Amino acid sequence: MTEDVMTDTQTMAPELTGNKGLVIDWSSDKQAFHVPWGKAMMWIFLLSDTFIFSCFLIGYMNVRSSTTVQWPNPSEVFALSFGGQPIPLILIAIMTFVLITSSGTMALAVNYGYRRDKKKTVLLMLATAALGAAFVGMQAFEWTKLIVEEGVRPWGNPMGAAQFGSAFFMITGFHGMHVSAGVIYLIVVAKRVGTGYYDRHRGGNYEMVEIAGLYWHFVDLVWVFIFAFFYLW
Amino acid sequence: MSYVAIADRDHEQHMHDPQTFITKYIWSQDHKVIAIQYSLTAIAVGLVALVLSLVMRLQLGFPDTFSFISPDEYYQAITMHGMIMVIYLLTALLLGGFGNYLIPLMCGARDMVFPFMNMLSYWVYLLSVLVLCASFFVTGGPTGGGWTLYPPQVILPGTPGVGGGIVLMLLSLVLFIVAFTMGGLNYVTTVLQARCRGMTLMRMPLSVWGIFVATILGLLAFPALLVTGIMLLLDSVIGTSFFMPALLSMGEASEYDGGSPILFQHLFWFFGHPEVYIVALPAFGVISDLVATHARKNIFGYRMMVWAILAIGVISFIVWAHHMYVSGMNPYFGFFFATTTLIIAIPTALKVYNWVLTLWRGDIHLTVPMLFVIGFIFTFINGGITGLFLGNVAVDMPLSDTYFVIGHFHMVMGVSPILVIFGAIYHWYPKITGRMLNDRMGRIHFWATLFGTYAIYLPMHYLGILGLPRRYYAMGDTSFIPDSAQAMNAGISIAAFFVAAVQLIFLFNLFWSRTRGAPSGGNPWNATTLEWQTPQTPPVHGNWGPDLPVVYRWAYDYSVPGAKNDFIPQTMAPEDVPTSDDSYDGSEGAHS
Repeated sequence: MTEDVMTDTQTMAPELTGNKGLVIDWSSDKQAFHVPWGKAMMWIFLLSDTFIFSCFLIGYMNVRSSTTVQWPNPSEVFALSFGGQPIPLILIAIMTFVLITSSGTMALAVNYGYRRDKKKTVLLMLATAALGAAFVGMQAFEWTKLIVEEGVRPWGNPMGAAQFGSAFFMITGFHGMHVSAGVIYLIVVAKRVGTGYYDRHRGGNYEMVEIAGLYWHFVDLVWVFIFAFFYLW
Repeated sequence: MSYVAIADRDHEQHMHDPQTFITKYIWSQDHKVIAIQYSLTAIAVGLVALVLSLVMRLQLGFPDTFSFISPDEYYQAITMHGMIMVIYLLTALLLGGFGNYLIPLMCGARDMVFPFMNMLSYWVYLLSVLVLCASFFVTGGPTGGGWTLYPPQVILPGTPGVGGGIVLMLLSLVLFIVAFTMGGLNYVTTVLQARCRGMTLMRMPLSVWGIFVATILGLLAFPALLVTGIMLLLDSVIGTSFFMPALLSMGEASEYDGGSPILFQHLFWFFGHPEVYIVALPAFGVISDLVATHARKNIFGYRMMVWAILAIGVISFIVWAHHMYVSGMNPYFGFFFATTTLIIAIPTALKVYNWVLTLWRGDIHLTVPMLFVIGFIFTFINGGITGLFLGNVAVDMPLSDTYFVIGHFHMVMGVSPILVIFGAIYHWYPKITGRMLNDRMGRIHFWATLFGTYAIYLPMHYLGILGLPRRYYAMGDTSFIPDSAQAMNAGISIAAFFVAAVQLIFLFNLFWSRTRGAPSGGNPWNATTLEWQTPQTPPVHGNWGPDLPVVYRWAYDYSVPGAKNDFIPQTMAPEDVPTSDDSYDGSEGAHS
């Protein structure tokens, strides 16, 4: 999108501040936001996705408060034993740490992308993808442990309300799909940065790195809410 | 060279025009072709739903006559009729069809911002339609749980289609939402980011405003349906109990325990009510453009119309539980939702007043689109006023689940948007094909449809006040229902068959005029908006010539005092406007 050198076809109004100026800025011609289209679209998509996760979490909270059977205690269910001593939520703590770390590497990758530092961008993106894959791996471990050792099923479990397993598998599964898709997305974008696709087709513009970063930070943020509402409550 | 997307390329960069039949009409990324694909698919599946409604009317009008309609088939017919009409016809046609066609043309863009994703949107939509139709052919047939798909009964044995039907229905809905999201992201981003020079948000035609806000509503409301669909799918396939309480079914305790059916209703209607406005807002927008063009007068209160659309969009998210007054929810909720429901009537009424005030002292041309506009305004007032009855808790209690409800929502959400769609097709067909639709057939179609639908739905209000319950296969010998109710039902059925037959004239007109209609030229209605100013008719791939259009004025410069013609296109610079006397000062008229 080239810079527009021609003047506006509206008569130039004196510069307005406050609410009126906000409205005029927003409703000006060509672009409401001075960002690339892909980025605008990603923001709108994330807004829509926020509603999906909100509905999942609200649905979960609703069944949790309406079920008549005792809800299992998450800190006991998700405890791991080291040397005979159960540590509550230790795996979840590590997973959360890994995912938040990956947000840090992603932010660095975006920064190096702006500096056109191809090598560091690719490496940091791959590191992010690796941390994401590690998160999914640990989630697979957690699921296996719950299913095989604890006997938790989507339709019932020995510890209490059946909805515990239903909501757990549905929400973490949906989030895990988001992380897995994000890992693939990051690898594709990293490959395109590495092979010079964006240098050839987008005039050396690495904005796709930042767009992928938006998605990745969103997935991390959602996890924080799942962590708070499902594991800590 | 920096990257320039298709919607913003100028002509020299725009060299990948599709050549073969397949890239031009099948795997097309052109928004106009995608719009036509969407429209034809939606109309085709809508005809299926129309036939299903005739099956229902046969049974209701003449019970004990047709042995081929069993109670199960009747329930399958009402379920599929409702779901297809609301989602797969109206939503797809108004947003996928009109949205795709009009947004880039009216905003002055060459295409949607991401044409490939736009193409994917259509193909996933087609897939969802095919999955839906596949449910007619599985064992047990499609689901018969009612279009609202309320658990527990929708997934319990005894309801038709409990095996494959409901699963395919839910999968199809999930696919539809995926398709809608891909399209919807495109529409919103195109409107926000790809308008041509001079096209400020407050100069956009109201059609674009309506489609734009409706798409935002869709992007925020469909997630609730997606989540509902996934949870119901899990309940029915792997036996979770999100929505299923402990219950006895056929004398046996079911496997389910502890779920909340009310949660389903809340989630469903959190989608379901904005859905009403997802259909209504594009219709409102299109009507505003049609009424201004054919009354040769600027739309009355443009800014208020825009703010009304936005206000309706916001309020539509806090009225959903007015569909649930009899569900047993907390009565205080009923008070709150009745209040918001009455509040949302204010911006809606404002829009109706503004349409009427646009007609007031306008130079009304009674063209076929204008007839549909006037028909719409009457019908929408009818349906809207009965909505006020149902929005009040105390009045809704006795009327709930009667034919009054059916009469109300078919008036407001069935007939009204369909009249808009017809009017819009008569209005934009010349741009799409380069030929006019036949006028005489159009007039017959209009009058027969208008009176026919009134003959169907007005009596239903009386039946509802009598207490005739909806969704019953046959009324049988119920003492409080007089025999005359059955006579009225038979009359309604005859009217329904008449209206369905009249639509054949319309379909014939569509195909006949494609080759034999009078050539229309580029701007047969002398309209101001950008889509009528394209260099070619029908517009070619890329829409505009070497340069993108530049917009100098709002979309409603009709009958400007002092100007020679009674319309000034949006692309005309103030100094180029032909004048008849000196009173024209070249400014934007009343609008600044």
